[in-house]
Amino acid sequence: MAKAVSVRGLHKAFGARTVLDGIDLEVEPGEFVALLGRSGCGKSTLLRILAGLDREVRGAARVPGKVSIAFQQPRLLPWRKVWRNIALGLHRPDGRAVALRALQEVRLPGHADAWPLTLSGGEAQRVSLARALVREPDVLLLDEPFGALDALTRLAMHHLVEDLWTRHKPAVLLVTHDVDEALLLADRILVLDEGRIVATHHVDLPRPRRRASVVEQRTRVLADLGVEVEEAA
Amino acid sequence: MTSSTAEVAARPKSATTAPTRKLTLPLRWISPVALVLLWQLASSTGVLSPDKLASPLTVAETAGELIADGQLGEAFAVSITRVFFGFLIGGFTGVALGLVSGLSRWGETLLDPPVQMLRTLPHLGLIPLFILWFGIGEEPKLALVAAGVAFPLYLNLHAGIRQTDPGLVEAARVLGYSRFERVVHVVLPSAVPQTLVGLRIALGTAWLSLIVGEQVNADAGLGFLINNAREFLRTDVVVVGLVVYALLGLTTDALVRLLERKVLRWQKR
Repeated sequence: MAKAVSVRGLHKAFGARTVLDGIDLEVEPGEFVALLGRSGCGKSTLLRILAGLDREVRGAARVPGKVSIAFQQPRLLPWRKVWRNIALGLHRPDGRAVALRALQEVRLPGHADAWPLTLSGGEAQRVSLARALVREPDVLLLDEPFGALDALTRLAMHHLVEDLWTRHKPAVLLVTHDVDEALLLADRILVLDEGRIVATHHVDLPRPRRRASVVEQRTRVLADLGVEVEEAA
Repeated sequence: MTSSTAEVAARPKSATTAPTRKLTLPLRWISPVALVLLWQLASSTGVLSPDKLASPLTVAETAGELIADGQLGEAFAVSITRVFFGFLIGGFTGVALGLVSGLSRWGETLLDPPVQMLRTLPHLGLIPLFILWFGIGEEPKLALVAAGVAFPLYLNLHAGIRQTDPGLVEAARVLGYSRFERVVHVVLPSAVPQTLVGLRIALGTAWLSLIVGEQVNADAGLGFLINNAREFLRTDVVVVGLVVYALLGLTTDALVRLLERKVLRWQKR
């Protein structure tokens, strides 16, 4: 089967500053990959390139299928109602019905006719997820979508994303700097540092994962990020 | 310690605001009404001669007469027609130019510099040129109103389009919006609040332009009514005309506010 994402020798520089320095990456259809790294390691840049938002690069980045995205900020159109935000750009006559079903799936029924600015951060982010999913993407790009949420909302969102991914099975590329998030959700974790993939971890733990089950691997992933910790047993 | 003092300081303030606010509205009418009474008193006692300023009562009476004999209605119709068509011409020009220069790079490169240069001209200073170009009929008056309307609309529409959040445009691109959909659903709606500010400025300028334009050889309209009254020292008629101008300005401003509330109902309030 064709790869959902294939990247070969990808370089990107902003002026004299190299942001991506030879990235090779392949993602299988339906695979959940987390891109983990500190701020400025190039992970968001990589995602933007895959989304087609940045084309001035050296190397190859191919995403043959349909791409969809959710950002750290929900980026909803404040002047369009929630359901229109989901349905716009779909070009389907049954847009409202599709949007209503998607809202049901992200557990926000009854918010279809709300204005986005009246939603809480978590609700808006769920609308953003619904908007990404109704496009039935082959590749779903998630650019720190939980970064701006409070800890409790973030937990609920982790479950929701895993649930949606299990049901729709797009390939997912999740950009995050949260090790636990990556361990809870991803099949594979790529650690990025200074524009290179410096480590790859396969996470073979059964799902749904609990916090305790990921502790052992956590230490190793953190070590790759240059963080030494003594895990309490 | 500091927090408790702040609390003490804040408390009496918040406790007194509620009742004062209810009282404020009628209280705020005291001085305007007093001024009118003073004006009436000065007129009645002969301190203020009717040649300088007619008394409020005379003004009210004259207004009644002007309405009854249809003079005011006729003048009103003429003036409002001038503003309407002037606004239409200026509005169309301003919006068309603003769209072209806001939505296309070439449009901005070619259009924006000359418009930005021209806007520094006080447009009321163009009257001599307009008279030379258009004569002293309706055209220079319409042109003056149109010029006053076009610039604020252009500037605010253009600025509004430029202020579009690039994050929203990016999202729309990845999510598969066509270029047309990006313009209609992302760019233009985000320019609306700023454009409405422009609309309000434009309407204010439209009335101002009309008043100035109607000083130029008008043979009908509110300006004519006022100028004609001046010749006969009828300060009462002059004041009536001014009051009508003011009411018209207030009305259009209220209409725009209404429009804002309707169009911007998505904003959190």
